[in-house]
Amino acid sequence: MYSFDYHQATSLDDAAQKLAADDEASLLAGGQTLIPTLKQRLAMPTTLVDISRIDALNFIRLEGDVLVIGAATCHATVATSQTCRDALPALASLANHIGDPAVRHRGTLGGSIANNDPSADYPAAALALGATIVTTQREIPADDFFTGLFETALEPGEILKEVRFPLPVRAAYSKFPNPASRYAMVGVFIAQTSAGPKVGVTGAGQEGVFRWRELEDALAQNWSTDALKGLSLAGDTMIADLHGDGDYRAHLVTVMAKRTLEAMG
Amino acid sequence: MPKITMTVNGQERSADIEARTLLSSFLREDLGLTGTHVGCDTSQCGACVVHIDGQAVKSCATLAVQNEGRDITTIEGLANPDGTLHPMQTAFHENHGLQCGFCTPGMIMTATDLIKRHKTSGTPLDEKTVRAELEGNLCRCTGYQNIVKAILAASTEMSA
Ligand SMILES: Cc1cc2nc3c(=O)[nH]c(=O)nc-3n(C[C@H](O)[C@H](O)[C@H](O)COP(=O)(O)OP(=O)(O)OC[C@H]3O[C@@H](n4cnc5c(N)ncnc54)[C@H](O)[C@@H]3O)c2cc1C
Repeated sequence: MYSFDYHQATSLDDAAQKLAADDEASLLAGGQTLIPTLKQRLAMPTTLVDISRIDALNFIRLEGDVLVIGAATCHATVATSQTCRDALPALASLANHIGDPAVRHRGTLGGSIANNDPSADYPAAALALGATIVTTQREIPADDFFTGLFETALEPGEILKEVRFPLPVRAAYSKFPNPASRYAMVGVFIAQTSAGPKVGVTGAGQEGVFRWRELEDALAQNWSTDALKGLSLAGDTMIADLHGDGDYRAHLVTVMAKRTLEAMG
Repeated sequence: MPKITMTVNGQERSADIEARTLLSSFLREDLGLTGTHVGCDTSQCGACVVHIDGQAVKSCATLAVQNEGRDITTIEGLANPDGTLHPMQTAFHENHGLQCGFCTPGMIMTATDLIKRHKTSGTPLDEKTVRAELEGNLCRCTGYQNIVKAILAASTEMSA
């Protein structure tokens, strides 16, 4: 690692001020992505502003029919929260299958959403549930938030505060974990929402997480696994690596979508 | 250089360290607690797992400075002061839950954490669950069979 300064932020204002004062400063949450990146010398921040101990960013609460989760809430907390398990079991189960127990004790919702890894799990849920990402500056619909591989709508100095998940009628997530890393080779989150069926796909697209709109339209006509008949994704738009080529991943998306639908009954 | 203070195995320890010092390096190089192993150094293998405020965490993926004021337990802190082994250590011994021993400290720290969590939540521990919980701990002697056996044995012992 290159050398850097460290600041443990005591409040959101404190963190925002530190970030605003230094273009080269970087936020640190669970560190499960950032610290490995620093170890490989792929980033050279001047200061790490640690937001993981800000209590105001660590909560799970139900506001009417919206589940609101603070950015610094770790995966293990989401997985075991009774509020989340009752209101949105698909999300608790998703969190419970991120990485391994030690990673879940540290990694946070905000870090995962802000990082937008093309194989991360939470982004698929955010898209399929029509979540709203609330930052220190504005509210961003999930559809406008994930803009590309490791790219988001976040501006420099902007801090993700909370994610608001409107409760669906029902929802489920299935993931085919990469046997080595446990990240999604393909993950498909399907929700029946007040705005119709929504499908978020992670691990597959070359541009990162995406909504599979053809399947959404088909499900709106016919809510069953039959909706998948005749639908396919183009292999040349999918991620291809040593774990699987584009056609393999395109096929795997339909398999995981079918499993998700079966799980929803 | 920042000064940090934390409790390690029940004792308060302070040091002036660079902000970029990993917790694993701090434990091994500054405190001489070399029972915490660094295997892959890429968050995959789990040999470096310690407990931070009672939770299993990979110490190679957290900075020492992030843990100001926290309570750390390493493998050296598990046995009783008189040398009597922790039930998990005894179970690994009795079930031959190790070959070369490199992954053992991380396995044991992960195992004690998982038993505590399942006890708290009241969910029963079976072989499938133990194997899933060991997702982040690699053994390259292919010794999982006996590791799982040891954990299940200790779990009965620890909830008795
Ligand atoms: C072995 C291993 C397995 C994993 N498996 C999975 C998996 O199966 N599925 C999965 O989805 N993920 C997986 N992960 C990633 C894990 O979920 C990370 O915790 C997560 O992606 C990043 O969260 P973090 O809190 O650790 O963020 P950090 O590493 O602290 O930060 C990541 C990035 O986000 C920025 N950031 C953090 N918080 C905010 C905020 N509030 N506002 C704005 N920017 C912010 C940081 O500046 C940094 O650029 C795995 C990681 C490891 C090490």
